Amino acid sequence: MPFVPHTVADEQAMLEEIGVAQLQDLFDEIPSHLASGQLQQVPEGISEMAMLQKLRARAEQDNGYVCFLGGGSYDHHIPSAVWDLTTRGEFMTAYTPYQAEASQGTLQLIYEYQSMMARLTAMDISNASVYDGASGLAEAVLMALRANKKNKSKSVWIAESVHPHYVQATRNIVTNQGVRIVPLALNDQGIVDLQALGSVESEVPAAVVVQQPNFFGSIEAVDALTDWAHELGILVIAVVNPMTLAVLKPPGEWGETGADIVCGDGQPLGVPMASGGPSFGFMCCRENFVRQMPGRIIGRTVDLDGKPGYTLTLQAREQHIRRGKATSNICTNQGLLVTAGTIYMSIVGPQGLREVAAQSYLSAKALRERLCALPGVQRFFDHPCFHEFSLKLAVPANAVLERMQARGILAGLALQDFSQLDGADHGILVATTEKRTADELDQYVDAFGEVMAALTEEGA
Amino acid sequence: MSNTIFDIGQSGRRAYAQGVDRVSVDDCLADLPAAAIRQSNVGLPEVSELQAVRHYTNLSRKNFSIDTQFYPLGSCTMKYNPRGAHKAASIDGFLDRHPLAPEAASQGTLSCLYELQEILKDVTGMQGVSLTPMAGAQGELAGVAMIRAYHEARGDHERNEILVPNAAHGTNPATAVMCGYRVTEVAVDEHGDVNLAALKAAVGPQTAGLMMTNPSTCGVFERQIEEIAQTVHQAGGLLYYDGANLNAILGKVRPGDMGFDVLHMNLHKTFATPHGGGGPGSGPVGVGERLLPYLPIPFVLPADSSSKEHFRWASEADVPGTIGRLSAFAGNAGILLRALAYALMLGREGMHRVGEYATLNANYMAAKLAKAGFNLAYPERRATHEFIVTFAEENKTLGVNAMDLAKRLLDYGIHAPTTYFPLLVPECWLIEPTETETKEELDAFVEALIAIREEARTDAELLRTAPHSLPVRRLDDVKAVRELDVRWAGTS
Repeated sequence: MPFVPHTVADEQAMLEEIGVAQLQDLFDEIPSHLASGQLQQVPEGISEMAMLQKLRARAEQDNGYVCFLGGGSYDHHIPSAVWDLTTRGEFMTAYTPYQAEASQGTLQLIYEYQSMMARLTAMDISNASVYDGASGLAEAVLMALRANKKNKSKSVWIAESVHPHYVQATRNIVTNQGVRIVPLALNDQGIVDLQALGSVESEVPAAVVVQQPNFFGSIEAVDALTDWAHELGILVIAVVNPMTLAVLKPPGEWGETGADIVCGDGQPLGVPMASGGPSFGFMCCRENFVRQMPGRIIGRTVDLDGKPGYTLTLQAREQHIRRGKATSNICTNQGLLVTAGTIYMSIVGPQGLREVAAQSYLSAKALRERLCALPGVQRFFDHPCFHEFSLKLAVPANAVLERMQARGILAGLALQDFSQLDGADHGILVATTEKRTADELDQYVDAFGEVMAALTEEGA
Repeated sequence: MSNTIFDIGQSGRRAYAQGVDRVSVDDCLADLPAAAIRQSNVGLPEVSELQAVRHYTNLSRKNFSIDTQFYPLGSCTMKYNPRGAHKAASIDGFLDRHPLAPEAASQGTLSCLYELQEILKDVTGMQGVSLTPMAGAQGELAGVAMIRAYHEARGDHERNEILVPNAAHGTNPATAVMCGYRVTEVAVDEHGDVNLAALKAAVGPQTAGLMMTNPSTCGVFERQIEEIAQTVHQAGGLLYYDGANLNAILGKVRPGDMGFDVLHMNLHKTFATPHGGGGPGSGPVGVGERLLPYLPIPFVLPADSSSKEHFRWASEADVPGTIGRLSAFAGNAGILLRALAYALMLGREGMHRVGEYATLNANYMAAKLAKAGFNLAYPERRATHEFIVTFAEENKTLGVNAMDLAKRLLDYGIHAPTTYFPLLVPECWLIEPTETETKEELDAFVEALIAIREEARTDAELLRTAPHSLPVRRLDDVKAVRELDVRWAGTS
C-alpha cells in the first residue's frame, strides 16, 4: 500500500500490543452508522509512473506560450541553485520552528530574509511572510487600523490604481470587522489625483494605500502623496513589487519620513508563476509598529553558553498564545517560498537585481515604443511606467489577444477584466521581464501588427 | 559558527546566474522621473554563487525534518511527503503557467483542479468545494465568513457569537474575531468530549455557529457529535469542521455525514504536501447545500454541464452570493497539484488505509507508553491518530517538566511532539506518529522516552539544560523579546 510501511506481521504484533483483534476495533467509538461508504469519486490508485504520465499530458496542454502577462505575476529567470537548495528535504519537510534548537537552519534563514526585506524596502522590520500580496494588503489594512492611535477612523482609502484583485481580497477579508474601504480617484494619467486630495473634506481615514508601480504599470507620485497623508495623521501603506526596488525609490524613503507599512508579493524573487501560488506575501513596517505586526517574527538571541542562536519571538501577538486577541488568525505561512526568495536574493545580489530590473524596464520600453508606432495602437495613459504598460487599441482587445494566443503568444491582459475605465474594452496590459529575448520581442511586434491590420480590415 | 550571509559577503563580489548580458543600469533609467529612482544602497548580500550554495546547504543541515528524523508533532500530521507529488507539480506546463492565462490555454491545470474538487467533495461528504484558501486559517476565515453570509442573507442579524470548545486551536477563536464575532468557549469534560450540558446552556438565538475538530485536539473521537450537531442546528446555528485532524478519519467517516455544514481541509497535513519550514499550507473549504451560494471564488466548473471535457473558472456571475476572492489569484495552486498527485497514487483503497494505519500507529505507541508507566491523559479512551501523554507526575516527583523532556528527546534524534497543547492538560505532549512510520521507529521513540526518564531519575539537570548535541543549546527566549534583534545590523 503506498506510503504505509506495515507488514502483515507488524500489524499483527501491534494489534496484540494494543489488545484488539482487528484494525476495525480501533474505531469502535465511532457510531457505526456513520462509517464512510465507497468513495465513488476517488479513482483506483495508480503508480507514481502512471500518475506522472497522466499529469505530464495535462501539463503539456498549458505549455509552450511566450508570456507577456503581468498583473502581479512575472516570468523571471530563476537561477538553478535556488530550487535545488530550496527542495532539500531539511528545508522542505520541516515545519514551523517551534523547537528552535532543532530548527536553526530555517530560523537563521528567515532572520536573513527579514534583514534582506527590511533593507530592500528601507523599513525597520519584516515579518516571516504572509500568504500572498493580496492577503498581505488585508493584513496591512487591519494593522494600520490598530497602529494609528491618533485617528479612530475605521476608513481606509485605496487608490483605484491598486491591483483590483488585491482590493477585492482585502475588502472580503476585512469587511466583517466594520472597516470601510473607500476608493481614491485617479487623474487622466492613471495615477492618484493629487489635486483632488487637497479638496477632501470627508472623514480623515486611518490609512491610505498606494501601489508603486501601480496596476497599470505607471509610476505614482509617492513622495507628495506620503507627505500629504502624514500631514493629516494618515498612515501610508505601500504595495510594491520587490524586484523594482533595486532601482525605484524604496517606500522607507518616500516623502519626508517614508511609508509606514509595506506589503507585496515576493513572486518576482525566485518563485515560479505556477498559476499564482504558492508564492509569498511580505510585510514590513516601522519599528514602533512591531507589536501590531501579524505572523511569525524571528529574533536573534543567545543559548545557555552565550552562543548566538535564533528563535520565534514576540509570540504574544499570535493566535497560538493570544487566541481571540491575536493580531491575526494566521498560523502556517509561506516558509518554503521565503526560503526560495532568500536564496534568490543572495545569489542575485544588489547588482544582479538592478540588472534584472533595468533589463525588464528596457524591454518594456522598447516594446511599447514599437507597438505604439503601429496603426491603431496608442498608450492608454501618457505617463512614465516601468516594466509593464497599458495600451489602447483601435479594435476590441479580446479579439487581438485571442489571435495572438493562437500564434503562441500571451500578449497581455484584457483591461476590461479588471477596470471600468472608459475604453477598457479596447485596453491591454503588457509586461516584460529580462527573460524575453530580442527575438521574442520581434515576433510579438510582427504578429501584433498583422493581427491589428487583419482585424481593422475586418472592421472588428 | 553562525555567520549570516551578510557577514560572508564582500563589496563588489557577485554571482552571475542571474546576470543579464546588456545594460548599463544608470543610463537606461535616465528617462524615468528622477524622484522615483533609488539613491540608497540596495543592501543585499554580495556573495559568490558557491558561497551562497554552501551557506544554505550548511544551514539546512541544522534542521530536523521528516526526511531526516521522526517528527511526531501532534496536530501537524508530519507524514512522508512523496517526491513524486512534488515532481508532478514541477512539470514545466504547470510551473510556467501564468495565473491569468486564458482558460483556453489552461485546460490541463483546470482539469486537475476540478478533479481534486470532486475527490475532496467525496472524501468529506460535502456538496461543494472551493480550493482557494491558502492555509487552514484562511479556510477557517472563509468558512466563518460563509456562515455569516448565510445568516445575513436570511435577515438573521442577531447572531453575534461563535462557540468553540476550550481545547480548540488558537486559530478558531482568532478567526471568529476576524469575522466580527464574539467568542464563547465551551468546556470539555474529563473524557475529552464536549460537555453537552454546557453546550446546551450556551446555545441560543445569538449563536451563529460552533467550530470544532473531530477527532478533537484531545486526541479522541467526539462520540456525541450527532447530538452536538442537533443542538447547534436546533438553535439555528451552523456547524464548522476544522479539518486539522482529518487524517484520523480519512476513509473511515465523513464530516458531512456527522452533520457538519462547512469545513476546511489542511492539504499540507492530510494530503501530504510539504510543510516547508512553516508553509505553504492549503486549506480548501467544503460546504453542504445551505452554504453553496457563498463559496469563495475562484473555483472550477465544467464549461458545459453535460460534458466534463472543458473547464472554466467560476465567477461572481455563477455565485452571486459568494464571499468573494481571498487571494490575488487561485490560492496555492501548486500545492493543490501535489495533493491531487498524492490522491491519485493513494486511490480509493489507499485513502481508506490512511486513517486506519494512522490510528494503529497512535494506539500502538499509546499502549506501549502506558505499559512503560507513562500517564495517558485519556487512558479509558481509544487514541485516534494522536494522543496525549501528561508528565504532571514526573514534574512533581522528578522535577522535570514536559519541555525538559522534549528538549532531551531532541538529543535522541527525534523531533519533539507538540508541547503544552491542548492547554487544559497539564505538562502534556500531543503525539502524532502518522501512518507512514514503521513499527521500529515507534519502538525507538518509546525506548528513548524510557531512557530519558531514567536520566531524569539520576541527573535531572541533564534534562533541564538539554539539548546538548544540537547546533545550539537552550535559547534565551526572554532576551529575544527584551532585546529585540530581528535584522542584521551591520553595514554593507
